[in-house]
Amino acid sequence: MLIPVFLASSAVGAITAILALLISVTDKVVNNYGEVTIDINQGKRQLKVKGGAPLLFSLAEVGIYVPSACGGRGSCGACKVKVTSDVGPHLPTELPYMNKEETQENVRLSCQIKLKKDITIQIPESLFNIKRYTGTVEKIRNVTHDIKEVYIRLDEPKEIDFLAGQYVQLMVPPYDKIKEPTERAYSMSSRPSDRNHVELLVRLVPGGIVTTYVHTRMKEGEKVTVTGPFGEFHVRETGATMLCVAGGSGMAPFKSILYDMVEKGKTDREVWYFFGARTKKDLFYLEELQQLETQWPSFHFIAALSEPQPEDDWKGETGLITQVLEKYLTTQIDRSKPMEGYLCGSPGMLDACIAVMKKFQVPPDKIYFDKFA
Amino acid sequence: MSPQIAPLSLFFASIFTSNILLANFLGMCSFISISKDYTSSNGLGLAVTVVLTITGVVNWAVLHYILYPLGLYYLRFIVFIIVIAAVVQILEMVIDRLSPALYMTLGIFLPLITVNCAILGAVLFIEIRNYTLGQSAIFSLGSGLGWWLAIASLAAIRKKVDKAPVPAGLKGPGITLITIGFMAMAFIGFSGMLQVQ
Ligand SMILES: Cc1cc2nc3c(=O)[nH]c(=O)nc-3n(C[C@H](O)[C@H](O)[C@H](O)COP(=O)(O)OP(=O)(O)OC[C@H]3O[C@@H](n4cnc5c(N)ncnc54)[C@H](O)[C@@H]3O)c2cc1C
Ligand code: FES
Repeated sequence: MLIPVFLASSAVGAITAILALLISVTDKVVNNYGEVTIDINQGKRQLKVKGGAPLLFSLAEVGIYVPSACGGRGSCGACKVKVTSDVGPHLPTELPYMNKEETQENVRLSCQIKLKKDITIQIPESLFNIKRYTGTVEKIRNVTHDIKEVYIRLDEPKEIDFLAGQYVQLMVPPYDKIKEPTERAYSMSSRPSDRNHVELLVRLVPGGIVTTYVHTRMKEGEKVTVTGPFGEFHVRETGATMLCVAGGSGMAPFKSILYDMVEKGKTDREVWYFFGARTKKDLFYLEELQQLETQWPSFHFIAALSEPQPEDDWKGETGLITQVLEKYLTTQIDRSKPMEGYLCGSPGMLDACIAVMKKFQVPPDKIYFDKFA
Repeated sequence: MSPQIAPLSLFFASIFTSNILLANFLGMCSFISISKDYTSSNGLGLAVTVVLTITGVVNWAVLHYILYPLGLYYLRFIVFIIVIAAVVQILEMVIDRLSPALYMTLGIFLPLITVNCAILGAVLFIEIRNYTLGQSAIFSLGSGLGWWLAIASLAAIRKKVDKAPVPAGLKGPGITLITIGFMAMAFIGFSGMLQVQ
C-alpha cells in the first residue's frame, strides 16, 4: 500500500525537479547578457555596464541621469534617447509617446529598452550636467490642507545651477509595502539664486507612493536624494506678454519664475498669472503674490475658485479657470502684442487651457508646459 | 501494437485531413482571438508548433520510460501538464531574449499555450493511438504545422472579411465562427483520402 504511494509521489517529484532545474539553467544562460558597451555621442564617452537592465537604469548607475519623471514606469515619456544602433523595433509601450519623426529617427524610451548588446546613443550634452544631490530636509510646512512646502539644503554637491521653472526628481526610501526607492518629479519653487537649497511644493495624491511618504513620514533633519535639474519649462527671453496658468502644486515653478524675474529686474515684462482652485482652502501664497503686484505694475495675479463655499466669502473671480482665462483674453489683455503661454498642473486642466490659448491665436510653439502626471 | 502507417501519410494527414483545429476542434480559444492580426498569428503558430513538437516527444518518452514501467499510468494527465508548462516557460524566456517585439505581441497568449487544448490533445492522441517515438514526432510536428496553417489562413481571410459589408450583429467573433465553419468543411472534405487512427 505504502510503496506505490511513495513511488508515485517521488516520480512526479523527480520529474518536476528535473524540469525546474532545466528552467533555472535556461534562465541563467538566456538572461545573462554579459558586459555591454554604451557609446554616447559618437565616442564622446564609452561606458561598460552589466547587460540585462533597462538603459535608463544602467546610465544612472554610471552617473548619467536621463529625465524620468515617472521613475521608469513607461508612463511619462520623459526618458527619450536617440539610439543609433539596432535595438529592434519600437515596443507597444513606447509607441504612444512617439511622433512620426521620432519613430523614424529611432528615438526610444530608455526605461523600456533592455540592454542586451553594445549600443550607441545620442543625448543632449546638458544631461552630463545633471547631478545626484544628497541633502537634508530643513523645513516642512503645510501651505494648504494637502500641499506641503519642503525646503531642502544641499549637502553634496553643495550648489545647484538651474533655470527657474525646471524640476528635480525626489527619491524616497522604501517603506511599508514599497520595496524599492521611488523617484518622482517635482518642480523647484525656490529661486535659482538660492544656490544651496531647493524648495518643493508636494501635493498629496491619495494612495501615491512618494506624496504619501512626504506627507506622513518625512521629518525635518532627514537625509534625502534629489537629481536634477531637468526640463525645458523655463521663461523664454522674448519680451512677449506671459500668460501663466497653474492649479494646485503647479504654483511651484511660477513662484520660482516670478521671484527670479523680480531679482533680475525684468519687471518691465507683462505677466498674467491665473491660478485655479476649488475652494478658498486650496488657495495659498495670496498675500505674497498680492504684495508682488504692488511692486510690479505689469504683473497681474488672478485667482479663481470653481466651487466657492458660502463661508469662503469670496469676492474674486469664480468659475473654471478656462472661463476666467477666456474672459480676461476677451476683455483685459492687449492681444495685439505677442503672447506666450506657460502652464503647469494636471493634464486635464492644461489641455483645456491650451485649447483656449490657441483659440486666441497664441502660437502653439510658444505654449510651454509641464504636465504633472 | 503501433499502427502501421507510412511516415509521409501520417505527416500530411496530421496537417490536412486530421487537422487538429479544423477536424478535431482543439485549441479554438487563441485561434479565434489572435487571428485578428496576421503577424501575431504567425508568431503564435510558430510557438505552438515548437511547443507541440517538443512536448509530444518528451511526453512520449516520459510515458514509455517512466510511467509504464513504474505502473504509474494513472498519473499521466498531471505529468503531461507539468511537462507542457515547463516547455512553455523555457520557450517564453527564449522568445523574450530573441525577439522582444514578438514577445510583446504574443502577450498573455504565450503563457496560455500551457492550457491550449491542442497541445494536451495531441499528446493524448499519441497515447491512445499507441504511436512509436518516430510516429509521435511526425504526428506532433504535423499537428503543430496544421494548427499554424489554420490560424495563418484564418488571419488572412479575416483581413479580407474586415473590409466586407458584414451585418453589424455578425461582426467580430460571429462572422469568424462562420468562416471557421467553412474552412472546416473544406478540410474535412479530404478526410476520405487519408485516415489516421
Ligand atoms: C515635470 C513634472 C513636474 C512635476 N511637478 C510637481 C510638483 O511641483 N508638485 C507636485 O505635487 N507634483 C508634481 N508632479 C507630479 C509628481 O511627479 C507625481 O506624479 C505625483 O506627486 C504623484 O506621485 P506619487 O508617487 O505620490 O503617486 P504614484 O504612486 O505615482 O501614483 C498613484 C496613482 O495616482 C495617479 N496620479 C499621479 N499623479 C497624480 C496627480 N497629480 N493627480 C492625481 N492622480 C495622480 C497615478 O496615475 C497613479 O494611479 C510633477 C510631474 C512632472 C512630470
Ligand atoms: S521614465 Fe517615464 S516613460 Fe520612461
